[in-house]
Amino acid sequence: MQNASTMKTILVAFLLCVVCSVLVSTAAVQLKSRQVENKKLDIKKNLLLATKLITNNATRDDINEAFKNIETKIVNLETGEIVTDINPENFDAVKASKDPKSNVLIPSSKDKAGIKKRSKLEKIYYVKDNGAITQVVLPVNGKGLWSTLYGFMALSPDTTTVLGLGFYQHGETPGLGGEVDNPKWKAQWAGKLAFDNNWKPVLKVIKGSVNSGNTDASHQVDGLSGATITSNGVTGLVRYWLGDHGFGPFLAKFRASVEAGGSL
Amino acid sequence: MKLRETIFDPIFKNNPIALQILGICSALAVTTKLETVLVMSIAVVLVTGFSSFFVSLIRNYIPSSIRIIAQMIVIASLVILTDQILKAFLYDVAKSMSVYIGLIITNCIVMGRAEGYAMKNGPIMSFFDGVGNGLGYSIVLIFVGVFRELFGSGTLLGFKILPLVADGGWYQPNGMALLSPSAFFLIGFFIWGLRTWKKDQIEQE
Repeated sequence: MQNASTMKTILVAFLLCVVCSVLVSTAAVQLKSRQVENKKLDIKKNLLLATKLITNNATRDDINEAFKNIETKIVNLETGEIVTDINPENFDAVKASKDPKSNVLIPSSKDKAGIKKRSKLEKIYYVKDNGAITQVVLPVNGKGLWSTLYGFMALSPDTTTVLGLGFYQHGETPGLGGEVDNPKWKAQWAGKLAFDNNWKPVLKVIKGSVNSGNTDASHQVDGLSGATITSNGVTGLVRYWLGDHGFGPFLAKFRASVEAGGSL
Repeated sequence: MKLRETIFDPIFKNNPIALQILGICSALAVTTKLETVLVMSIAVVLVTGFSSFFVSLIRNYIPSSIRIIAQMIVIASLVILTDQILKAFLYDVAKSMSVYIGLIITNCIVMGRAEGYAMKNGPIMSFFDGVGNGLGYSIVLIFVGVFRELFGSGTLLGFKILPLVADGGWYQPNGMALLSPSAFFLIGFFIWGLRTWKKDQIEQE
């Protein structure tokens, strides 16, 4: 059979590979900028959703317009100080958390979020209204059942009250753990108190629904039914990032400066 | 006439999922919501159609010793292309489908049609054969997706049909419908229904 000669086999395989790889790489390169933009826009959208500045059906322009009220800063988590010599535009905390030069290992006794390591620096966002800070938005992430959940938590300027929480990336089971995206469930977070009297983070996603007569009701959020591990994961990541190994030092400094009447 | 049979036979008469029991894995994975089902269906119809078309175009040049891998290259390239286009133009949907678009590569239907039909027939007929089998796959997926979204979340395409207890309605959603095993039951019911209707599909004892 003519088809089976070795030379021909190699030639066909080679040509086929060349044609296909040119096709695939052309598409990938051509579409790359659009994809990157989509991804950035999606993150911005979820950040803004946590702050309630936009609604779920916001368009691209709405998002970019609303984002003008947001000021991005970089914080050194250990000291709680704002870092000014890095441009927030070029800083990617998720990438930094994977680089041994810019990350720290989290001691397992403190690792409530189950993420093992985090970046030394993190972005934070101020929502400003005529120059005054009306919300502080913190990026949070932690392990659920199948995946790491990435999201944002918006706090009031006195840092006591949660204004919103939402995740922009996760791989939890749709309909079960994936219900972290349910607007009804997310709406419960608004108004919850994040800390006890000693500034220890005490928010908890409980099993079942919150009894509003309960003394702890202001620290509790309804569990996601059928998704205990995701619910516990959310509790863990919220407590970790609000705690002393997360944004705790920054929040303490921030409160002090707000009380002193200044702005960070 | 032959063209019509090529397209429509795989829908009920020779359905790739119901009769050939191919492509079950993705039928379980992506059917919790009707929207993802529809995108997945369109993607599979296009990928099966075009991969059969291109495989058929080059069928006389493919040495038989490497034919499977040559088909795989064509299929994989088309799937990557689909994935890239979805990420660029339908980001939200692409996000909810995550890895499953990429997994079309492993969908046995695509490969099965390339090897079973496109290697022996002309490009145009192969294209329609691919589209037809994609449609046959879609119909089962849509059937499963409608039931799973309706009973699992009380919605269809995101619109509320059954008011949930959690929102003050009367419907207690069936959590089982959201888990993969429910798709097994639904596909089972589909096959049962189909074979009751078309008795010739029942295998000889």
